[in-house]
Amino acid sequence: MKDAGFIFGSYIVTLGAILMFTFATLRRAKDSSQSVTEKDKTWL
Amino acid sequence: MSQVLQRTSPTGTRTTKVIGALALLVMAWVVVSGLILTPQDVVQGESVRIMYVHVPSAWIAYLAFIFTAVASASWLISKKHSMGFDRFAGASAEVGVMFMAITLITGSLWGRLTWGEFWQWDPRLTTTAFLFVTYVGYLAVRRLEGSVEQRARRSAVVAMLAVLEIPLVHFSVVLWRSLHQGATVLNPNGDVKMDDLMLFTLFSGVVGFTLVFVWLVLHRQRTMLLVDIANRQGLDAAIAARQTESLVK
Repeated sequence: MKDAGFIFGSYIVTLGAILMFTFATLRRAKDSSQSVTEKDKTWL
Repeated sequence: MSQVLQRTSPTGTRTTKVIGALALLVMAWVVVSGLILTPQDVVQGESVRIMYVHVPSAWIAYLAFIFTAVASASWLISKKHSMGFDRFAGASAEVGVMFMAITLITGSLWGRLTWGEFWQWDPRLTTTAFLFVTYVGYLAVRRLEGSVEQRARRSAVVAMLAVLEIPLVHFSVVLWRSLHQGATVLNPNGDVKMDDLMLFTLFSGVVGFTLVFVWLVLHRQRTMLLVDIANRQGLDAAIAARQTESLVK
């Protein structure tokens, strides 16, 4: 494939950004949830 | 089952699990189809493959910022001033900024292949960069000192003003002479000149990115609630400690 570096690069940037955001969100949720009771987790 | 889910992700539910699984499936299809199955474009050649991630990320960034404005307006209008609206607004803006950053980076990679330059001060690119900076500013406003109500009020006003930039970005290719191509799918005459598989892959990208957006916003706004509760508990504990200290003295 011609210009493969640019094309694969754009997919890597896209998926990489989404994955990084996902892991950061889940880690923050885990850290913050330790001091919160189950009652406050209104989505459960 | 819910306990297992809670251990892996405290903000997860069965609904988010289903949305997440669907998002993974659709995104996997977009990657395979976008990189392998779809044909080259007659004009753009192989660089058209970048469009399958660039265009959906731009649309979802717009959607996220519009959602932020709607949630902000709901917070301002509602009598109860439910903080849920504010958290949805903030979560949506964060996800929107991420998608806007993806749009700018993938767009500059596409621009290098098509125009020979990573960046041009073209109307579409300039207004998009301005939109990105505005929402980074919105996120900065959310981090200013103050109560959660102050945060909600300030950021709601900024969100209501910032969303006015979206029509400017979208119509910049019509209003000014622009290097950036005009709308291929959302053109006014509705005549879409695209190969069926290319069009299907593009729409799959929009569906996949929308699912990712919904999943991330749900998790992020729940995380914001956890952080707000933890901060409030920390403040309450600090006040109680100070009161005990003054009583002992």
